[in-house]
Amino acid sequence: MSQWLAAARAVGGVAERHADDVDRDARFPGEAIAALKQEKLLGLLVPESAGGPGGTIADAVAICHALGQHCAATAMIYAMHQIQVACIVRHGGTDWHRAFLRRLAGDQLLLASATSEAGVGGDVRSSICSIEQTNDRFALAKEATVISYGADSDGILVTARKTPHSPASDQVIVVVPKAGCVLEQDSGWDTLGMRGTCSNGYHLKATGEMAQLLPVSYAEVSAQTMLPVSHLVWSALWSGIATNAVARARAYVRAEARKKNGTPPARLAEAASLLQLMRSNVVAALRQFEAASASPDELLSMPFAVAMNNLKVGSSQMAVQVINHALLICGLAGYRNDSPYSLGRHLRDAHSAALMVNNDRILANTGTLLMALREDPDLL
Amino acid sequence: MSVSTVRARIRAVLKGTDYLQVDIDGLADDADLYAAGLSSHATVNLMLALEEAFDVELPDRLLRRRTFSSVYAMAEALAEIGVKEAA
Repeated sequence: MSQWLAAARAVGGVAERHADDVDRDARFPGEAIAALKQEKLLGLLVPESAGGPGGTIADAVAICHALGQHCAATAMIYAMHQIQVACIVRHGGTDWHRAFLRRLAGDQLLLASATSEAGVGGDVRSSICSIEQTNDRFALAKEATVISYGADSDGILVTARKTPHSPASDQVIVVVPKAGCVLEQDSGWDTLGMRGTCSNGYHLKATGEMAQLLPVSYAEVSAQTMLPVSHLVWSALWSGIATNAVARARAYVRAEARKKNGTPPARLAEAASLLQLMRSNVVAALRQFEAASASPDELLSMPFAVAMNNLKVGSSQMAVQVINHALLICGLAGYRNDSPYSLGRHLRDAHSAALMVNNDRILANTGTLLMALREDPDLL
Repeated sequence: MSVSTVRARIRAVLKGTDYLQVDIDGLADDADLYAAGLSSHATVNLMLALEEAFDVELPDRLLRRRTFSSVYAMAEALAEIGVKEAA
């Protein structure tokens, strides 16, 4: 176990103590995020050359899985933060980015994301707003339908069209420190689950230096880093939620068996088998990402995109299935909100998985890609 | 068939589609088609149209963003699988 994973487990304890409260009040999990900062886990991916510990995507995946077992909102905030950091680490080439990463590691800055926008129909690969350049400065105004924990973040990565004349699909992504932007809240976040992510909508206005733009197109950042890393860390935390649901079901079965002898439910085995599939899927996709990372072309290939999409859709579906099994095993003890076997929060949080980037949209994209591909006959 | 003919046929495939937001006639052979509005969804349709027009199958290794980034890049990819100019 890495030192970071050990630290993340300690944070998990803090997150768990406040998880019900965070969920009930739909409030930012400040205690857990403060603990993550205390353990220096926000700077995990910052390379040693920029003053960070040089952790890997695998480390981030393992931490998300650990946090997901205690508080899904905390795990999701950590996951989304690391997606943003990964984009800067892997694509940010300017002195400005290097200095920002150094500050991020030193001050444990929390990064949020503003990719969704009113008027594009949920398609994050299209933008209406654009970068308006004046010499080496830019200005940007965006109707961001969702900026998760925007109010509590220290910086935001914002997508926009490259110029006011660019087509909607020709996007860039820019790093905006909180000091360089104004957020005016437009909508709230009273949802079924993932309530602690505080994913309010905002009018965002930002100004800054052109050097804050990542130097490659958002299409490349998305295909090579944002999309695969998102699907990896999300799937890891969803399997964390499912892991805890199975742990509760197992504890319930054991407690019942102590009271009276009986046959353990076969359903527990079914839940454990699905969970194994979920976790294997994450690990296999992580290995594929690591292997592909040696070649930018490989990361931009259609078969790789299909594999990462499949990971997301499969994980999001299986998470709910596993928790449903656990609920049937625990019965009313799992349905109650005031029992140690309660599964309501798990189930509500897990239902967000199919919606955050809607599975139907992802399946449609994958279907398009599959038109171009042939079946790979090889297993290994 | 000369390379310029291959490029002309690629242009003919693009002509009259809505893959781009500008007319292909106004773009050079090395112009970035993504900057001209080519989306990932349209890329797949473009790929299928190329396969139809040239009666070829593009192998998976060529199914990447760069292959479709310009008329020139598509001609290079087609050359790689044997669609070459006659001397």
